[in-house]
Amino acid sequence: MFYNEEFETLPRQVLAALQLKRLQAILERVHSNVQFYRESFGMAGIRPGDIKSLDDLQRLPFTTKQNMRDSYPYGLFAVPMEEIVRIHASSGTTGKPTVVGYTQKDIEIWSELMARSFVSAGAHKGDIIHNAYGYGLFTGGLGAHYGAERLGASVIPISGGNTARQIMIMQDFGSTVLTCTPSYSLFMAEEAKAEGVDFKKLKLRVGIFGAEPWSEAMRDEIEEKLNLSAIDIYGLSEIMGPGVAIECIEAKKGLHIWEDHFIPEIINPETGQLVAEGESGELVITTITKQGIPLIRYRTRDITSISYEPCLCGRTHARIARMSGRSDDMLIIRGVNVFPSQIESILIGIEGVEPHYLLVVDRAGNLDTLEVQVEVDEQLFSDEIKVLQKLSKRIEKEIKDMLGVTCTAKLVEPKSIPRSEGKARRVIDKRKL
Amino acid sequence: MKVEQISIFIENKSGRLAKVTRILGDANINIRVLSLADTSDFGILRLIVDDVEKAKSVLKENGFTVNKTEVVAVEVPDRPGGLSNILQSLDNNQINVEYMYAFVERYGGNAVIIFRFDDTDKAIKTLLGGAFNVLEGQRLYSM
Repeated sequence: MFYNEEFETLPRQVLAALQLKRLQAILERVHSNVQFYRESFGMAGIRPGDIKSLDDLQRLPFTTKQNMRDSYPYGLFAVPMEEIVRIHASSGTTGKPTVVGYTQKDIEIWSELMARSFVSAGAHKGDIIHNAYGYGLFTGGLGAHYGAERLGASVIPISGGNTARQIMIMQDFGSTVLTCTPSYSLFMAEEAKAEGVDFKKLKLRVGIFGAEPWSEAMRDEIEEKLNLSAIDIYGLSEIMGPGVAIECIEAKKGLHIWEDHFIPEIINPETGQLVAEGESGELVITTITKQGIPLIRYRTRDITSISYEPCLCGRTHARIARMSGRSDDMLIIRGVNVFPSQIESILIGIEGVEPHYLLVVDRAGNLDTLEVQVEVDEQLFSDEIKVLQKLSKRIEKEIKDMLGVTCTAKLVEPKSIPRSEGKARRVIDKRKL
Repeated sequence: MKVEQISIFIENKSGRLAKVTRILGDANINIRVLSLADTSDFGILRLIVDDVEKAKSVLKENGFTVNKTEVVAVEVPDRPGGLSNILQSLDNNQINVEYMYAFVERYGGNAVIIFRFDDTDKAIKTLLGGAFNVLEGQRLYSM
């Protein structure tokens, strides 16, 4: 089943021709509208007219998250503000978010790609879509919402949290499709079990899970516990939001990336050179239809591989493998992006806290947990328990306030956090994916 | 009139308390009074020892976080109501007790209460005014 059969099954040659035409147009546009690109192309000695084939794309410089931060908030926007109808943002290392803006046309394309994604996952008009992605600056909630409406499905904009109520509504409203993070789906299953609710009696048929890394083993567990078909979806706010790529229910083997709107490349993160088809590397995406904030060769930091093999679903768009990690140190905890450096700057801001810390990420049941270990030196130490407990609480609160992630602060003895030579090991990720 | 107490930060894991006592034993330091306050993650060991400075330095050398605080030792007759009179007097003068612990003297049979106050000087003044027997630090170190 397709949402837009013509474009989802374009012969690869036709698709390539369309990509080149769109690429050339967007390069002209960013070159004339965005100072950053004028400068970066200029430094590389390239003019948009020099790009005569898709292979020429490699000659263009990369765009990074740092470039976005440096342009905070609107520096990379390619249209005047009055054409921007929506702003989303995601967290960044300095506490300043990465900001993206959408024109009306961008929202329409996003809605279509998300509608395509729903159909690829096996959803259709008539489905009742229980959208438990967070609504707000995060792109997950509204992205899935608009796609569900475009599809013509009935969307329940429940957002995240209040699990007991989620379960009640799934039961009473007859939800057939669930969208949320994979870890939250398992948490729901546990809560349902505790309340004596049998997921097998619910009408859920499909679950579309993303915004954090997960594994095949977790898919098996989700499918078993929630009694639905679990589909992996990929997206990032910089590029658009959810719906950049998604698995098809027919194959469940790799995520189709919508190549009529995005050009994917896989590079060696060290050298920046393209790797061969099927080899693992960093995903780089060029948006070729975006108006608000087009990105040229954006380094996603996500590690995957690409395959152009035909798929049994009939879609001609390339497939990227399930994300196997990130090329930088960003942690995704319950769907929230967290950089160790963010936590470091919060800790350093608390008087007396030394920058000797360790982040221990684990999964308790099915939810990610974050423990922040801080060494207690003489400056922090008190002979009174309440003073030390107040310190733990303060660390937990500041991290929650600044990053939106719940953690437990653990005070440990000095020198008990292993020191390493060179780059400090700040993170122990015990999650088994 | 004040007694020096050392406090040591100890993580809740096996062997830590044994390590502290071994370090002190090896340095020939005698523990006179001991109290341990604990939470699920960590504990604070409070000690009165015969050589405060030496105890502090050997523990620090071994990587422990140590600090020194001033506490007040009060001797009370070991009989019903002994502690109550002291606490009543402190309460009447709005002095807060942060924590306290007690032991019974080997000779003489009196109880000794160790107090940590929010305002140590005011507490000592109050206690002396109430004719309570506040002990000199030296007496505890050399018990």
